Amino acid sequence: MINKTVSSAEVAIADIKDGMTVLFGGFGLCGIPENCIAALVKQGTKNLTCISNNAGVDDFGIGLMLHQKQVKKMISSYVGENAIFEQQLLSGELEVELIPQGTLATRCLAAGYGMPAIFTPAGVGTEVAEGKETRVFKGKEYLLEMAFEADFALVKAWKGDTAGNLIFRSTSRNFNPIMAMAGKITIAEVEELVEPGVLDPDQIHTPGIYVHRIFQGKNYEKRIENRTTRSK
Amino acid sequence: MLDKIGIAKRIAQEIKDGTYVNLGIGIPTLVANYIPAGFNVVLQSENGLLGMGPFPFEGEEDPDLINAGKQTITTLPGSVVFDSAMSFGMIRAQKVDLTILGAMEVSENGDIANWKIPGKMVKGMGGAMDLVASAQHIIVAMQHVNKAGESKLLPACTLPLTGVNCVKKIVTELAVLSILPNGGFKLEERAPGVSVEEIKAATSGKLIIEGEIPEMNI
Repeated sequence: MINKTVSSAEVAIADIKDGMTVLFGGFGLCGIPENCIAALVKQGTKNLTCISNNAGVDDFGIGLMLHQKQVKKMISSYVGENAIFEQQLLSGELEVELIPQGTLATRCLAAGYGMPAIFTPAGVGTEVAEGKETRVFKGKEYLLEMAFEADFALVKAWKGDTAGNLIFRSTSRNFNPIMAMAGKITIAEVEELVEPGVLDPDQIHTPGIYVHRIFQGKNYEKRIENRTTRSK
Repeated sequence: MLDKIGIAKRIAQEIKDGTYVNLGIGIPTLVANYIPAGFNVVLQSENGLLGMGPFPFEGEEDPDLINAGKQTITTLPGSVVFDSAMSFGMIRAQKVDLTILGAMEVSENGDIANWKIPGKMVKGMGGAMDLVASAQHIIVAMQHVNKAGESKLLPACTLPLTGVNCVKKIVTELAVLSILPNGGFKLEERAPGVSVEEIKAATSGKLIIEGEIPEMNI
């Protein structure tokens, strides 16, 4: 098996350069690549275009990169929980492209499946459709949306092996497997890194062919954004 | 007049046994509490879960298990998780039977606006545009008028649209209304103690009133 292991997040992301486009897995703060984000903050890479469903919160996730003004443009579906984001957007420091969540997901999928574009009905008749090619199939209108072209994808998995095969846990799966498929270079951080043969081939969500670098993550905070409980 | 729980209870009456339902954030989330006992209804959360269970007991929260509102939740026997592309795949392919969501404005031809107030609020559409573009049955749960006292049921939306010609039914604190195929809010039911005149006064779009309008049975 090809060994994709690298020693740390810092080593894994060292060649992410100013001005690149990067996909970030996660939904809210669930399943985000915490170690890679921390390493990018430390490295200080600037003018990044970040494709991520959300933009983190003020002091965690992509919010940490916004704080350091490392982000030139965000491509997201929902950015509601982040005051720094709103402030930088209104002041013109930050560009944002808001796109429907399913469109975001499917543009990743298209990239990973080697398809240049997809047709979706999401956003027809809204400002999302402005300037986009449309086509009618069986009487219904669809928008042409392009596959993402991203220099890097940063994803977080529960378990992975040194060959890059990944298994995700519960709803922290979200965008991670499809973004893993969509990066020109995909970096996976995992809670538990194992030798090839340990993971059951039938249970693997992301085949290692899509993953270029993998490392054992550490100190996961797994912050809960909206803790809701019921009483016994 | 209904409170939020009343709106949720009335919408719960629209849910059929044996269906898959997506609930939006806010009042729609409350609907889950009033699905009739014995009904097998599977809740879809678009971050990648079918079979959303109740909130966890304190101390049992799992940061890896949340719903689309980022709330900690639980699974149920038979639940399944999947990635975001498959989640919107099943929505687009109309496997989800009913979508219930909130709105800022609805027009008399079924357009909905719920994601942006230019110059004021930039939060994003999340999965709402995908849901309204594909769902066969869409029910909007909202207040009849906004905080300034202006009607949210309009001849045409003034805010940026989320989707066009898609809303089929609206439940507010005052009424249940359906949207006719050729346009217009057809008044179906009044909330307890609310008169037709009050509903007329609160509706700026074309309101269609035919015969006696029954009171809701909640």
